[in-house]
Amino acid sequence: MSRQPYVRPISTTTWYMRNGRYKVYVLRELTSFLVAFYSVLTILALAALADSPEHWNAWIASQQTTGMVIFHALALLYFLFFQTFPWFKLAPKAMPVQLGEKKLPDSAIVIGHYVVWVVVTLFIFWLAGVF
Amino acid sequence: MDNRTRTLELEIMRYDPEKDKEPWFKSYTVPCLEDWVILDAINYVKENLDTTLAYRWSCHMMVCGSCGMMVNGEPVLTCKTFIRELPDKVRIEPLENFPIERDLVVVLDDVVQKLHKVQPYIIRKDPPPPEDKEYIQSKAQLAIFKQLTMCINCMCCYAACPQYGLDNSFIGPAALALAHRYNRDNRDQGIHDRLDILGEHDGVWECSFVGACSEVCPKHVDPAAAIQQMKVDAAMEFWKQKMGLVEGKS
Repeated sequence: MSRQPYVRPISTTTWYMRNGRYKVYVLRELTSFLVAFYSVLTILALAALADSPEHWNAWIASQQTTGMVIFHALALLYFLFFQTFPWFKLAPKAMPVQLGEKKLPDSAIVIGHYVVWVVVTLFIFWLAGVF
Repeated sequence: MDNRTRTLELEIMRYDPEKDKEPWFKSYTVPCLEDWVILDAINYVKENLDTTLAYRWSCHMMVCGSCGMMVNGEPVLTCKTFIRELPDKVRIEPLENFPIERDLVVVLDDVVQKLHKVQPYIIRKDPPPPEDKEYIQSKAQLAIFKQLTMCINCMCCYAACPQYGLDNSFIGPAALALAHRYNRDNRDQGIHDRLDILGEHDGVWECSFVGACSEVCPKHVDPAAAIQQMKVDAAMEFWKQKMGLVEGKS
């Protein structure tokens, strides 16, 4: 009896097509380049703000073109669906809260994240003079 | 014959290392009872249709962890997978990401080594308690890690993990969950030793949080959660060592 274990080949380029779970994961990871892009955009905005009122107003104007408004709307949707929702859903895994013998329910941790998110957003709106 | 209520077509992957160059599929028509699990159908094949079929099983009740297989592409315990939840045609393969020894039997040597590597036992730095005393553990202290003790080493998580499939130097879900089980045990004092192993490239950082391991785990161990928590622990350990608060392994 000779041993000759067979190793099944795995494609390094199409492995994620095997099931829906992998596809969702790859979509989340691939689309994360938008996060980097948005970070650069934010840094440019801060640079303009630090530079001069003229520079800032020019930057604001550059973001109000139809193309940029569509981009920001899509980016917002993207952040919600591919980053905020999944990561908030996964938060209880990384930071479980133990209360004696019981664990704080996952839903409480997720809801906590949404509450903080809303409060921070409202605070930034207030800082920006929206209200 | 009693009242067989359903006929299933099982497509089972076969591989005989002495005859076959690569695995192939063989179909079996199996008359089943409605309350059968897939393992019952495979046992029927072995007992009535083809005695040469090789596969592992023992307890038939989700305790031994030996009957893990791919059923229609999902890594499952075949003793827990009811045929009533499956279509009439079922494809059965050995667990993915492992070499095939023969038919549905896979080579698990690599995982056994990895389980050993993470030092899955209580490590004490202080002297042990006197002979007539024991280590005290409250219910609350047990609750912190009890879920992680439920692992039966069925290795479905390894079959689900694309990271392990692409690069099997990764320590992987079950072994890392086991490490976390000891790290979170109040009787243990080996967390610094273990984090030195877990914080290396083939440790927790190789995990990119696909989360498939936790979704397929038949015992709800949640290895993905354990690994994310260890990433936090490993990062804290790194900074503690940098700041000289704890001694690192040199």
